[in-house]
Amino acid sequence: MSLPIAVPSSKRPAATNSCRVCAPLGSVLAFRGLRGCMPLIHGSQGCATYIRRYLISHFREPMDVGSTSFDESATIFGGQSNLAAAIKNMVRQYAPEVIGVCTTCLAETIGEDTEGILREITTEDPSLPPIIHVSTPSFKGCQYRGFHDTVAAILKVTAKAGTPMPHLNLLPGPVSPADLRHLRELVEAFGLPLLMLPDYSETLDGPSLASYAPIPEGGTALADVADAGRAIGTLQLGATLEPGPGASLQRDFGVPLVRASLPIGVRATDAVLESLAAFAATDAAGAAAAAIPAWLSAERGRLVDAYVDGHKYVSGRRVAVVGDPDLAVAVAGFCAEIGLIPVLVASGALTHRMAPALEALGLAPGAFEVMEDADYDSIQRRVVELKPDLVLGPSKAYPMARALGIPLVRIGFPVHDRIGAGRILHLGYRGTQRLFDEVANALLANQQDSSEMGYAYQ
Amino acid sequence: MDLLDDRKRQVVTAGEARAVVCDRPSVAGSVTQRACSFCGSRVVLYPIADALHLVHGPVGCAAYTWDIRGAQSSGPQLHRLSFNTDIREEEVIFGGEKKLARALRELVAIHRPKGAFVYATCLTGVIGDDVEAVCRMATAELGIPVIPVQSEGFKGTKKDGYSAACRALDQLIGTGPTEGIGPHSVNILGDFNIAGEIWVIKGYLERMGVEVVATMTGDGRVDTIRKAHGARLNIVQCAGSMTSVAKLMKEKYGIPYVQVSFFGLEDCADALYQVARHFGDPGMLRRTKDIVKAETEAVLPELARIRRDLEGKKAALYVGGAFKAFSLVKALRQIGMQVAMAGTQTGGPADYEHLKELCDADTILADDSNPLEMASWLALRDVDLFIGGVKERPVAFKLGIGFCDHNHERKIGLAGFEGCAAFAREVHATVTSPVWSLVPRRAGKALS
Repeated sequence: MSLPIAVPSSKRPAATNSCRVCAPLGSVLAFRGLRGCMPLIHGSQGCATYIRRYLISHFREPMDVGSTSFDESATIFGGQSNLAAAIKNMVRQYAPEVIGVCTTCLAETIGEDTEGILREITTEDPSLPPIIHVSTPSFKGCQYRGFHDTVAAILKVTAKAGTPMPHLNLLPGPVSPADLRHLRELVEAFGLPLLMLPDYSETLDGPSLASYAPIPEGGTALADVADAGRAIGTLQLGATLEPGPGASLQRDFGVPLVRASLPIGVRATDAVLESLAAFAATDAAGAAAAAIPAWLSAERGRLVDAYVDGHKYVSGRRVAVVGDPDLAVAVAGFCAEIGLIPVLVASGALTHRMAPALEALGLAPGAFEVMEDADYDSIQRRVVELKPDLVLGPSKAYPMARALGIPLVRIGFPVHDRIGAGRILHLGYRGTQRLFDEVANALLANQQDSSEMGYAYQ
Repeated sequence: MDLLDDRKRQVVTAGEARAVVCDRPSVAGSVTQRACSFCGSRVVLYPIADALHLVHGPVGCAAYTWDIRGAQSSGPQLHRLSFNTDIREEEVIFGGEKKLARALRELVAIHRPKGAFVYATCLTGVIGDDVEAVCRMATAELGIPVIPVQSEGFKGTKKDGYSAACRALDQLIGTGPTEGIGPHSVNILGDFNIAGEIWVIKGYLERMGVEVVATMTGDGRVDTIRKAHGARLNIVQCAGSMTSVAKLMKEKYGIPYVQVSFFGLEDCADALYQVARHFGDPGMLRRTKDIVKAETEAVLPELARIRRDLEGKKAALYVGGAFKAFSLVKALRQIGMQVAMAGTQTGGPADYEHLKELCDADTILADDSNPLEMASWLALRDVDLFIGGVKERPVAFKLGIGFCDHNHERKIGLAGFEGCAAFAREVHATVTSPVWSLVPRRAGKALS
């Protein structure tokens, strides 16, 4: 018996080797980018433990996340007292500046009024730090949605109106700590003050310490997020976000929203830098800074030169891309730019936006296949048919790549079979350069290893 | 360390008179390292390699446990795939039983497993799906045992999940033929064949002249588990997870059991002698002595070399079950290291009493600890090594402390005599690494 191909997981009775995880994981990731934030997962403690373990496997950093530890009676009578106790204990142990509460399937299904309970708890004890709640039932969405819903929830309860300020809001999406650091560098290169949400560039890729930090240093302060309503604009990265968390800032405070695909590839990076230049020029003092800085032009020049050096090794080769929708789309755009053919672009998330986003990046309709809401079983079935030369995706794609004997270049999340996942740079000319070299070398290595003579020059 | 009030009674030093309070639910917001009942069931049953393991619930429960353990199989690899009914909003409203039945039909048709385990989760428990009824129907329709595992996460701790898994195993045991099983036969319970460890243990037993009927669940097979009641003795390792199966088999089939550990020279030798003494066969006893002697002699010189470098160094450990903690304390002593802190997720009162006897008077003992507590003790006792699992690793590494994984994900076999050498080599590699001279905790201190 063979299954019909490319039927979304939701239409099949079972998923085999899921290509997504659950919404609270995305929420915890986003909360880790707020300064002094302690995430708390409302539900069974296994959810918190599994999510911690999964995030640790990728980031290799401490990952303290609270749980309200539901038992049978909390499941029947509600988890109010568990929530109150958890908050009390977390405040005592961690002294957080803010607590981020997300919910599990269990809390959502028993009809828990988490928002109402939290209101009561904070009213009773005004000394508590701010508590931000986001509803993250996994039966409605995966980590991708949990992440963006959390960013939206943080903005909704925090951003305020006020006199305009010269900074730019940047909503980077679930990218790597190295990506976040590079994005900061890019924005600052245009002389723009930056408010980035979230920013886990330090909290999830921190230094060796003499004593354990209950909450890792770094992150965006909640007090600064309050200024999001006063920014000169919001740059929201992610080609499939519709409308995305930045829309509320435009609607409620008139902050102009520019949406862009993740800057992977020359053209996509050009587009983001042009947006930054335009933002810099809107700020009177920054008009002079609106030119592309020389060091970025130099990086761009080196990247194009590398494209030329390596173009023959990648030209016409076929690639399957797997990842979060925005990353998969952006990487596929980069592949098309260098002459690699993205025959399959797949994600476990469901956005209905990947195909139009790819077309907007200039990929010819009909030249690629898109799978949303996919599991690895269905992706592998397509990959067997499409016979790509290479897979670009997370560690979860390894069994598939191994079974087919093709190389895997690891990108995105999770990467738990290599070290340095937090330091994978995907973005900007620099990230693209790294990615291009790795892609070309993976194809070269595969060819060299399978050649009979084992030639030494390429 | 300023412990949470609710946690104070769960921490003692070994020399104190008071007992470790344990066997209680985790304190909300304490950041426990424990998972849920589902986790307990999943880890116990997971290594059965020719069964379909279907998680009836939302995506996370299955995705987080996809190929999570290094449990190896000498044949089928079905256990390494992750199956779930991927419950969505529609099923939350209308129920998931029909989807479960369709999933079983489809997956059994594709993969032709010898049996299936269906794991209930929080979500399907709360929406009231009758997993047992669907499994009964599927057993009749599909011609293989389809066994429900009552592992709803909220139903308790990991330990309760172990019991649910044991009840599931109990439904399989006793349903297969036992012809041809000899008098010197055993089942191995509670070894999960991480990094091929059960093959090492099986190797010793076979050299002793012992027949291994079923392994539960490392390198496990449905059909061998079905005939496990034909064995004459159960060898129980990882007592926390599997003693209840052994007890059930004693009641039902009159099969005695011994509790052993194959970690550490002393415990490993003792385990083999216990089995040999049970059968009382002089030839077997002689062979066992020969094996222990030969295997010990093979590793002792290396252990002695390693010991010279590690003598007097300090270790901390935090593991799932207490039996592993006992063995580790002894194994660390063997290579000259002292244990400054020992904790477990699921230890019981008697376990902690034994641990108190085993440890030094100032060893910190903790039940159901958390990262902040552990980090404070690692620093306070200035340890050189922490032994735990993936969740404990960053606590050690962030502080610049050596770490040894003694949990599911490790790739190095640590059981048996050769495993002792592997363990010692791994400890040595991490403790004596030159990188510690660069970390802030040790900066300025001479490399010892």
